[in-house]
Amino acid sequence: MGIGVSIGVISPVTEPSPGGAAAVVATAEARLAARRRSVEAFAVPSAAILGALILFGIFVALTGRNPLAVYHEMYRGSFGTWFSFQNTLQRAAPLMLTALATALPLRLGLVVLGGEGAMVLGGLAAAAVGVHLHSPMSVKVGMFVVGALVGGAWVAGAGVLRAYRGVNETISTLLLNYIAIALLNHMVEGPLRDPASLNKPSTLPIGDDNMLGNLPGLDVHWGLAFGVAACLLAWFLMQRTTFGFAARMVGGNVRAALLNGLPVRRLIVVATFLGGLGAGLAGAVEVAAIHGTANASLVTGYGYTGVLVAFIARGNPLGVVPVALLLGGIGASGGLLQRVFDLPDATVNVLQGIIFLSILFSDSLYGRRWARKPAVAA
Amino acid sequence: MGAQTGGGGVSAAGGVALGMVGGAIRISTPFLFVSLGECITEKSGRVNLGLEGTLVMGAMAAYGVSYLTSSPWLGVLAAGACGVVLGALHGWLCARPRVNDVAVGIALMLFGVGLAFFLGKPLIGPTAPHLPSVSLGWWSASGQVRSALQVNALFVLGLLTTAAVRFVLRKTRWGLVIRTVGESADAARAMGYDIARVRLLATMAGGFLAGVGGSFLSLFYPGSWNEGLSSGQGLMAVALVIFARWDPVRCLLASLLFGGASALGPALQSVGVTSGYYLFNAAPYVLTLAIIVLTSSRDRALLGQPAELRMAR
Repeated sequence: MGIGVSIGVISPVTEPSPGGAAAVVATAEARLAARRRSVEAFAVPSAAILGALILFGIFVALTGRNPLAVYHEMYRGSFGTWFSFQNTLQRAAPLMLTALATALPLRLGLVVLGGEGAMVLGGLAAAAVGVHLHSPMSVKVGMFVVGALVGGAWVAGAGVLRAYRGVNETISTLLLNYIAIALLNHMVEGPLRDPASLNKPSTLPIGDDNMLGNLPGLDVHWGLAFGVAACLLAWFLMQRTTFGFAARMVGGNVRAALLNGLPVRRLIVVATFLGGLGAGLAGAVEVAAIHGTANASLVTGYGYTGVLVAFIARGNPLGVVPVALLLGGIGASGGLLQRVFDLPDATVNVLQGIIFLSILFSDSLYGRRWARKPAVAA
Repeated sequence: MGAQTGGGGVSAAGGVALGMVGGAIRISTPFLFVSLGECITEKSGRVNLGLEGTLVMGAMAAYGVSYLTSSPWLGVLAAGACGVVLGALHGWLCARPRVNDVAVGIALMLFGVGLAFFLGKPLIGPTAPHLPSVSLGWWSASGQVRSALQVNALFVLGLLTTAAVRFVLRKTRWGLVIRTVGESADAARAMGYDIARVRLLATMAGGFLAGVGGSFLSLFYPGSWNEGLSSGQGLMAVALVIFARWDPVRCLLASLLFGGASALGPALQSVGVTSGYYLFNAAPYVLTLAIIVLTSSRDRALLGQPAELRMAR
């Protein structure tokens, strides 16, 4: 990270303040508050998800089905069997990557929804490059690098507009999603179309030998490892580097960040670029591991589910991993719900929507019952 | 369609232009209602990004009620009622401490669309009675002109609503209260107004109009219920309010412009231009993006923007 690392201004804040007993009491208070916060960070979202499950149970009961039976099937279809668990892992992988497109800018206080478009274009670019490379290794590396860079550039575009032009990033990224999907359709039905793809216009296949394989001993492709690694990297970047500190400072208080001389605009562009890298990689992995070619199947909605993942994880990349597993599991169980209970495929979306609303409502619960006002030392 | 083209026939370019005028009127109606609704909500100092969900829920509810009662106007009312409920949910959630209104909007967008698809599953297939249309092309002998000016009753209602929203916001006590809350919550609080309640009501009113806009999609054009009905019109309408500088009359003009841009793809296709179809269909999104880029500014507050929104960003 060459940009924005050199920040010498903030060191005075971190120096220990001189003083006697009052300072000791203050640090003890602070430690207690920190512990309280970490308990909250787990307890509040868990309670919110539980509340959402109860609400969804009522909704299901209103349609005349037994909610407990529905939840039992959902468990069987997501985590209950080895087969379904692998399906869950397979779906969680792209969610971890697309979630980063929202999670990283969220730390700066930006609401970016561009994961879907970055994923679609990342996949398209990866497929377009993949067919021109030859050895299996170069195909994969080329696809991942190009896919990630295209995704990064796409979301960073919205970051540039936000930073240098003040364009609302939420609206611009949503519009960019529609434009990306139109570009995909145009390219796979026009310039990049494989003449042999009749029913479903697609780009030329990258070839079976060049496909991304499975993790050893699992029926899950390597994308899962990429997802977990990307989240760990992003977590390290945000929590353990000066870049991350600066970014979080912008999210905490833009004016304070500006007064401290932080390059806020560059931080915004870099954070959106890094987030976009993840979503673009997700598209490249989908092409390399599952479809083997770019076509309309790339428009999966993983980008939007990734937004939900990022919000539940409150923008913390480490939280993205378990939340992606949870939502991947919900997605994996959708097919079973259709077959066993004759529920529409949108059932999963309803549950996701309820979870999202419940999580947002839970934002008002932080620091409510647990945090008492710190006693003022006289 | 009476093919009596007056004189030597309409040229291809004329056909495209005519198609775009007709399309502008036809396609602009949902834009108009959603943007008027969002205009009211934003005037009170709150953003509701979830109107895309409201639009789709409205479309589904209108189609269902119109099918069950054979009265399309009851369907329009039902769509508005759905919008009121979703708006109330938005307003209530946003009044909780530390809850972000942009995020709530996104959540309601996903929830509204999901719920509409869930409940609307049995409505894919059956046909519901449509809304009537008004013919404004009686003066022309050209069949093409007349079909382009076959205007929907809801569009006429939209014109009246534009005038009504403008009047209420500018000339009435309610409008003054809404604008005060949007310009300075502190001043409004000092005057004894309940900020949360005013914003809740403004969001509910906005939801009502957005729901009515949705009923147009399923009851007139395209005129049936399916899952691909809305392609982000609710979202573009929110961007359009920024472009229209929070003014109802400019919302109307902007809606017509966007309707025309949306009609470009189909109009070109009807005269035989099919290459680049998807790119032309992306025209409204590109136009929206271009417009918000051009009208935004790095350091200057937008003209006419409610001050409370400025502080929220």
